[in-house]
Amino acid sequence: MKKILKTLSYSMIAIAVAAAFSLVPAAQAQQSYAITGAKVYPISGPPIEGATVVIHGGKITAVGKGAAIPSGAKVIDAKGLEVYPGMFNAVTEIGMNEVGAVEATVDTAELGEYNPQLVAATAVNPASAHIPVTRAEGITHVIAAPGLGGRGGGGSVITGQASLFNLAGWTMDEMQVKRSAAMVVNWPVLPGGGGGGRGGGGGRGAAAGGAPSRADYDRRIAELTEWFERARHYASAMQANKYSVERDLKLEALVSVVKGDLPLFVVANQANQISEAVAYCDKQKLKMILATGTAAGEVKVLLKEKNVPVILRPTLTLLRGEDEPYDSNLTLPGQLSAMGIKVAFGSYGNEFARRLAQQAGVAVAFGMSHDDALKALTINPAEMFGVGKELGTIETGKIANLIVTNGDPMELSTEVRYLFINGQLTSTDNKHKQLYEEYRKRP
Amino acid sequence: MKRGKNNLTLSLCVGALAAAAIAVCSWPSRAQTTSNVMFFKNATILTVTKGTIQRGSILVRDGRIAAVGANVQAPSDATVVDATGMFIMPGIIDCHSHIAIEGGVNEGSVSVSSMANILDVLNPEDIDIYRDLAGGVTSANILHGSANAIGGQTVVIKLRWGQPADKLVFEGALPGIKFALGENPKRSNSTILPGQVRRYPATRMGVEDVIRQAFTQAVAYKKQWDDYNRRKSAGDANLIPPRRDLTLDPLVEVLEGKRYVHSHCYVADEILMLIRVANEFGFKVRTFQHVLEGYKVAKEIAAHGAGASTFSDWWSYKMEAFDAIPYNAAIMTQKGVIVSINSDDAEEAQHLNQEAAKSMRYGGMSHDDALKMVTINPAIQLGIEKRVGSIEVGKDADLAIYNHDPLSVFAVVQKTVIDGKIYFDRDKDIAGRPALAKEKQALLDKERQAGGGGAGRGGRSGGRGPGSEIQDREE
Repeated sequence: MKKILKTLSYSMIAIAVAAAFSLVPAAQAQQSYAITGAKVYPISGPPIEGATVVIHGGKITAVGKGAAIPSGAKVIDAKGLEVYPGMFNAVTEIGMNEVGAVEATVDTAELGEYNPQLVAATAVNPASAHIPVTRAEGITHVIAAPGLGGRGGGGSVITGQASLFNLAGWTMDEMQVKRSAAMVVNWPVLPGGGGGGRGGGGGRGAAAGGAPSRADYDRRIAELTEWFERARHYASAMQANKYSVERDLKLEALVSVVKGDLPLFVVANQANQISEAVAYCDKQKLKMILATGTAAGEVKVLLKEKNVPVILRPTLTLLRGEDEPYDSNLTLPGQLSAMGIKVAFGSYGNEFARRLAQQAGVAVAFGMSHDDALKALTINPAEMFGVGKELGTIETGKIANLIVTNGDPMELSTEVRYLFINGQLTSTDNKHKQLYEEYRKRP
Repeated sequence: MKRGKNNLTLSLCVGALAAAAIAVCSWPSRAQTTSNVMFFKNATILTVTKGTIQRGSILVRDGRIAAVGANVQAPSDATVVDATGMFIMPGIIDCHSHIAIEGGVNEGSVSVSSMANILDVLNPEDIDIYRDLAGGVTSANILHGSANAIGGQTVVIKLRWGQPADKLVFEGALPGIKFALGENPKRSNSTILPGQVRRYPATRMGVEDVIRQAFTQAVAYKKQWDDYNRRKSAGDANLIPPRRDLTLDPLVEVLEGKRYVHSHCYVADEILMLIRVANEFGFKVRTFQHVLEGYKVAKEIAAHGAGASTFSDWWSYKMEAFDAIPYNAAIMTQKGVIVSINSDDAEEAQHLNQEAAKSMRYGGMSHDDALKMVTINPAIQLGIEKRVGSIEVGKDADLAIYNHDPLSVFAVVQKTVIDGKIYFDRDKDIAGRPALAKEKQALLDKERQAGGGGAGRGGRSGGRGPGSEIQDREE
């Protein structure tokens, strides 16, 4: 009896402690919701008119016409509105880069060439003004990636691990969905790639200040291969007898890459780089996500053949070459997706993070199917980063990251009326709305 | 036809500024127009100033709009463009552009670079002219960068792709001068090389000082010339004219109202500073450019009579852009400022219609007001509103034809028309691609045969990513 009492009191203390530290989000996660009467775009299937979406414990628990509304659920009448999965910005620097030109607020690029042990999540400031500004546009979760090209730092090849997180929460621990979602590699530059002047990114690995040479390239690739080889040896040594192996944080970080679990996020802007990277990952049996621009169009047959998913550089970006058709960036998403290549959009920097849906809308204007564009904003990137079962569609059991809008989320005049992140009704208020409200009232 | 054109020209000349009138009257003939009578039929016409016409048609004669309406008939000699299901709006006017400039856009060595003139470096072969045409842009204000408190002389162009440089110039449009305030002229974000001496100014106080010093000199210089001219016209024969100063000449024109001031700026206090300085020296700021904190001092901008030419939703790329909000255009409009949305970037210019549309969501602007921000409002800001910016009889036939409402993200420009001539045609562009690719391949083969390394051109120097403000932080 005494023992039972003791256990009880311990568990009561545990409950009390949990309550004290859960703060608002965890408390709210207890609230159930039913969004009723809306046109629901589940993405996994055709839209459902007049459907109900039930949210409980942070998850979607029912979707469909006449889904039962649990007692105690807060009902949101969404008649005339539309429900979509929250959008996924597949490359950002959110939380890592507050004011681009102010170095002290930018934690994106570390020194050194091979830093697989670094994790973006460590540098994400959960109080960043970018987070509420971005989520107000219906973007509920993002990837933040370290060491994207063209942003300071010292010519890194392996820049670190990209992190996947929700755009709501008091701490990164609460926000993160996948602390390590991909290993970022700026693919070394090959000679004869042409272009290069525009857009930055991927231009690493060349000798400082000079044109890339084949010798430089081969040296970098040999180094990369050595890292992966050492990681493989490290993994087998650890498996054999982990007590006899000296811990190596860099190799430890690469183990999941060489096992094919963690995708390699390859930044490459030239067609010849992409061809080499695809062949390399194929040979090394690495899972690859390609981050690139119009060069994808030149190697699309290869990308299709090897089933390489593509995160496009911001499509609303000036073209590199003078000779390219004026709409090359704009027709590209449609061209790739029509072939069955999995496409996603990203903003890279944060200044235009909220233009994600605009990129997709313009892609539709230039030939991408509307369905493919919605997938590119939701389920495609979720699958790329290995969370296709948790995010990206409105299906029972998935994390309830949802938006309720008054129209097509790609259209410029559409407003996000309700925003759910992790099953919680989340505010769309932000720095910009606050300044608007403050200054419009100035007498 | 001649008679009609002359009448039109005459009526345009009346009431226009004297300087503008001279140029308008010497309007060159449009030899390249396939027909001088064009008829765009059966479209939704967004006139901007006179409402929307369903199933309307536009008759164009000699490059100008001769008739607009639902009941206009095509004359037998007209070239008819069937625009059924299309939307026609006035050609987009970009109040802040750096296209068509040969070489760099910044003369960064001095803080007052008013002697430099864009007119001297117009490059009609810049592919960005064509690409912006493909975004429905027909006129643009071409400015230097923002490295100087007082920058170079600006020029308004029409995007007459294929014409020589002197034919790009918008005839009669008053020239301008670029000013710049804040981080760029004080060089906050530029790397100082070893041994390099920092350039004055380095603070906002210094920026104000540079402008006040320059105008103090300009006032004295103007007085010298005024005295000289007065004595000369009084018959004084033995006079030595003052030494001409190419830096001060444009500033005197500003003082005389013959040159518009377009000032790059970001934060509220520097906007007020320039208004104070302008009032002190008796000139007007024609437009505040970028003006991302304009919403904080919209009342003062409106009272000064300046326009505001801003970005849709850019923010956070530098400290002075950290309080930028996408509601800026809406607030300034509500407070009585004439507002335009500009590009500052050759790519951004390709979707200014979309950028304007965002104010419907941020601040609840009406469809008509949003459209004005890329048509009649920038025309007013550049003093060319009698010629362009709306679809009205007598105005230049500068049109953008879309397949959907241009304020929808799904709208694509099908044709862009300047002076009644089709300068961009999407169908023709697409149809011409195989031939161009073939021609390029033939040239590459020839180069290879000639033993050229064929390193392959591609990137242009000074390449810009999304937003030159962000990549270069100079413009």
